[in-house]
Amino acid sequence: MKVYVPRDSAACSVGADEVAERLVAAAAGTGAARDLEVVRNGSRGMLWLEPLVEVETAAGRVGYGPVAAEDVDGLVAGGMLAGAEVGPYLGLVEELPWMRRQERLTFARVGVVDPLSTVDYEAHGGLAGLRAALAMPPADVVESVVDSGLRGRGGAGFPTGIKWRTVRNADAALKFVCCNADEGDSGTYADRMLIEGDPFTLIEGMTIAAYAVGAAEGYVYLRSEYPDAVATLRAAIERAREVGWLGPDVLGSGFGFDLQVRVGAGAYICGEETSMLESLEGKRGMVRAKPPIPALQGLFGRPTVVNNVLSLATVPAILADGAAAYTAHGVGRSRGTSVFQLGGNVARGGIVETAFGITLGELVNDFGGGTSSGRPVRAVQVGGPLGAYLPVEQFDLPMDYEAFAAAGAMVGHGGIVVFDDTVDMAAMARFAFEFCAAESCGKCTPCRVGAVRGVETIDRIVSGTDRQQNLVLLEDLCELMTDGSLCAMGGLTPMPVRSAVRHFGEDFQA
Amino acid sequence: MTSEVVVTAPVRARRVREIATELAGLRGPLLPILHAVQEELGYVDQPDVAVIADVLNLAVAEVHGVVTFYKDFRRLPAGRTTVSICQAEACRSVGAVALAEHARRSVGCSFGETTADGRLTLEEIYCFGNCALGPAVQVAGRLYGKVTPARLDALLGEAR
Repeated sequence: MKVYVPRDSAACSVGADEVAERLVAAAAGTGAARDLEVVRNGSRGMLWLEPLVEVETAAGRVGYGPVAAEDVDGLVAGGMLAGAEVGPYLGLVEELPWMRRQERLTFARVGVVDPLSTVDYEAHGGLAGLRAALAMPPADVVESVVDSGLRGRGGAGFPTGIKWRTVRNADAALKFVCCNADEGDSGTYADRMLIEGDPFTLIEGMTIAAYAVGAAEGYVYLRSEYPDAVATLRAAIERAREVGWLGPDVLGSGFGFDLQVRVGAGAYICGEETSMLESLEGKRGMVRAKPPIPALQGLFGRPTVVNNVLSLATVPAILADGAAAYTAHGVGRSRGTSVFQLGGNVARGGIVETAFGITLGELVNDFGGGTSSGRPVRAVQVGGPLGAYLPVEQFDLPMDYEAFAAAGAMVGHGGIVVFDDTVDMAAMARFAFEFCAAESCGKCTPCRVGAVRGVETIDRIVSGTDRQQNLVLLEDLCELMTDGSLCAMGGLTPMPVRSAVRHFGEDFQA
Repeated sequence: MTSEVVVTAPVRARRVREIATELAGLRGPLLPILHAVQEELGYVDQPDVAVIADVLNLAVAEVHGVVTFYKDFRRLPAGRTTVSICQAEACRSVGAVALAEHARRSVGCSFGETTADGRLTLEEIYCFGNCALGPAVQVAGRLYGKVTPARLDALLGEAR
């Protein structure tokens, strides 16, 4: 019998390793050990149910969660390994309302397969996209991605296909594909979960990108705070080479591509693409001025595709099923699905992949179930530390790049952090500046100096020193940073600050 | 990490040179070299900087600039166990600031410091990607979720 216990680091942070160990021991006690196969899968993304144990039955995979290691013996004795309704029995996992309401394209295999099994990967539709791509001329692959309307999932939302077209048309003997896996935004963890749960999808997406633009070398810049993801991806690359998915002759096509993992070193700014390129080159992560754009002069000055993990991991599905199937999801200019991540003070945190257009309130209340503290929701921050704080009154906002921009907010990488009514929004605004001051690369003055002045100004406002004048000064500073900073770090730090002042002004009057 | 073993300066310099030479063929080899030095020798000492610069044919100032830009690279050995507490927004929404205060009190040192007995180093981290199960804490490389002050005390007790 097959039993699944996630190896995802979030699941392990609440005891999945101990549960897996205990299961083997308990099965040995009942004499079932010989038939027991424990698969360490990725997480289904229902993080409040972790550790979530799944047992394969004739009807499908049934779940139990959360399971504590000390409960395993009792559950096994009660027939868990046969799918009995004992303990935290959940029924068929794929029939749970939380799963049924989602449309999983990018995350289709995460939590389902053994992340490092090439057999599992192919059995669940893996490589279909790459095979389709290799059967087409590279330029047609680029146009498929253009037609899909896929926009960069890292935050900026730039059309992926247009970027690829620029790199493809650049005349150079050496080009690169770089994956930005420096997922430093608090409240975002989809890149980590995809890499830990289905790394071959990222490898496949990068290989398609390389074929499309004419690159032979790829780099994944992965943050050091994700050691499990680093280990899983390196192991997956090794296996991909062994079976000929990477190397001088990818799938026997004659096309050659190989890739390496490079580990970051604790600098948030390296999530900014030009800073990431500097870091990959072995330099300080100082932001570059644009132009020149990385598509023309990127890594070591060569034409370079820089895409986020989720953008690249979505490409195989687009190539496998066609651009039209992907475009059928979504609203307006936000096509396809997006992977939203619920975190912070939320009752049911986790991954929600669904078409763009779902409202913020549906995500926080229907999927998230409100706060974990049981207190009322007061604010949510969408899009990471540089995203806006929104009040409950804006819960009818649809998750779509343009609608959020119009509301002075951003979807970003799809992270949603929930706060209850004990939050001090002046403290959160101050923290936004503090974080910017600590993480600024220092190249441009609005960011380097502005962040420090911002902290000081908020301190004066909160302490009641010339409050009205300092609120005006704060707005002026925010405008300057927005307009004058070289990159999104200084340019967007005002977003959480301004939104906190606008929607939660009473917190600045204390 | 070999923090318990005393490595003499000439031995260390030779080893750093070997590591740097081995990885020098990579494109952009400096970060991988610094990671490898720290992984094996526990930290990046000032004399290491000149050795690495020499192997890569870079100015010492360039290597120094990189070492000091990135938070991960230590200039001094860490304590026997490193405890890192996430202080980013999602963990803050569930009490990470109070947890950090508790940690400072019970460990007896601040973020970025090592206890006088050399047992524990306390660090603040901005996001382990465990945002739905915060507050998140890493002890000796292992990630823990939903860490309450009592749970942290238990983990610290084991680490000591």
